[in-house]
Amino acid sequence: MSWISKTFSSSIGRKIIMAITGLFLCSFLVVHLVGNLQLFKADNGVAFNAYSEFMGHNPIIRTLEIVLVLGFGFHIYEGLSLAIKNRSARGSQGYVSNHIEQNSSWHSRSMAMLGSIVLFFLIVHLYNFFGSLRFTDVPRDANGNEDAYALVLAAFKNPFYVALYVVAQFALLYHLLHGFSSAFQTLGLTHRKYTPAIKFVGYAFSIVVCAAFAAMPVYFFFFK
Amino acid sequence: MAGSNPNAKPMNLTLKVWRQKNRNTQGNIVDYQVKDISPDMSFLEMLDVLNEDLLRKGEEPVAFDHDCREGICGSCNLFINGRAHGPESGTTTCQLHMRKFSDGDTITIEPWRAAAFPVNKDLSVDRSAFDRIIQAGGYVSINTGGTPDANEIPVPKEIADRAFEAATCIGCGACVASCKNASAMLFVSAKVSQLALLPQGHVERKTRVENMVAQMDIEGFGACTNIGSCAAECPVGISLENIAILNQEFLLAKATSNNLA
Ligand code: HEM
Ligand code: SF4
Ligand code: FES
Repeated sequence: MSWISKTFSSSIGRKIIMAITGLFLCSFLVVHLVGNLQLFKADNGVAFNAYSEFMGHNPIIRTLEIVLVLGFGFHIYEGLSLAIKNRSARGSQGYVSNHIEQNSSWHSRSMAMLGSIVLFFLIVHLYNFFGSLRFTDVPRDANGNEDAYALVLAAFKNPFYVALYVVAQFALLYHLLHGFSSAFQTLGLTHRKYTPAIKFVGYAFSIVVCAAFAAMPVYFFFFK
Repeated sequence: MAGSNPNAKPMNLTLKVWRQKNRNTQGNIVDYQVKDISPDMSFLEMLDVLNEDLLRKGEEPVAFDHDCREGICGSCNLFINGRAHGPESGTTTCQLHMRKFSDGDTITIEPWRAAAFPVNKDLSVDRSAFDRIIQAGGYVSINTGGTPDANEIPVPKEIADRAFEAATCIGCGACVASCKNASAMLFVSAKVSQLALLPQGHVERKTRVENMVAQMDIEGFGACTNIGSCAAECPVGISLENIAILNQEFLLAKATSNNLA
């Protein structure tokens, strides 16, 4: 094995992949959120459809989309396979009595479960919007852009989707409450002066981003 | 019976103890009663009372590890009521006193659980995986000759203090036992950062971290998910900062060492 593959197959190297892809996915969340905030504009989707058309056809965005798929792929693969490896590291006989809740937080121990909920959501989410826009003929709005807004309107009249989307944002919230600052620790980026600020930014980021995403289905269900 | 505290009332306890004949057999929890336990006894002295009872009855005593009984050797490893070294933080089992329990309590006592720490017998586990990690690089191989002058290699006080803090790891394995991933990162990080901080450790700095992490993986410890159980249960308070230093040292070594393999 070369030193590179050795590095990224060691337990620390694999965690470094988790941390880099995790933070990259956080940056994706920002871009995705800022674009989607246009759903709240009172223009019946004109700006949102124009944005969606741009995202679907711009060559730079389409290239970055491949990076995004790879980012998700590595994050999910490493996350789930490390979780399985870590479970077997405990051995076949577990504790009869284990009060782990007295030394660590629930969400930090539930990253794989929370991530799996996000993954399930992701599949449904891609099917709802990306699948229709990319692979079917969607009606166009007055400006000739694909009417993505109409898809959003229709999906968020379905209470099952609204509930799933909101639950998934809670899962993502708890995933990030631990994940954001954890990624800095994994990368060795800690310092007595800056770590408290990283923790604070991580909490604020998780709450703001997940609340804003969760507001979208709720807003459409009740007010549109 | 009451020891040094005249008001201390002796206690009667129910113990649920993991009994296992050897590595190749299945174990199970067995209930025992112990009577007239002084609150001033250490947890290990309480187990000594149990074992004397068992010997008198002609039964096999409970095997558990212990050596110094003063909190420095790291052998007295018991998982007590769901916590490594019991309910009190910052202590080894030998420094845990029975006054932390009450008359009539039921106490569950199990060995460390990790695939890399197989059970030898009852409560005693094999922690030689830790020895092999240390053998892989947790040392300094400079010949120092005779006793060197204390100030020959100046080390700033702050650095010396941080290295000393990391050096206080007693190798008990409570970090592995309490981690949901059975990860040995806190133990490895304590040694790696101790030696990385000191000038004597710099010569072998890169190969040390590469080899120790490789051995840690070979032994089958889990990967760290930064949940922090280890530092919360560590009897000497090794901090999570050391794990960040280990991650840094690892990345730096992998990126810049001359080791192509
Ligand atoms: C937008 C979505 C996601 C974001 C922003 C995200 C972000 C993060 C971050 C920042 C970490 C911390 C990395 C570290 O501790 O070094 C993390 C850990 C983790 N993620 Fe995600 N994640 C996302 C989706 C997922 C999905 C879909 C899964 C898979 C099922 C997943 C599984 C995991 C697991 C298991 C961990 C813990 C890994 C470990 O600590 O070893 N994540 N995530
Ligand atoms: S780091 Fe703490 S818990 Fe782990 S072996 Fe060292 S002293 Fe024990
Ligand atoms: S017996 Fe040595 S630390 Fe407890």
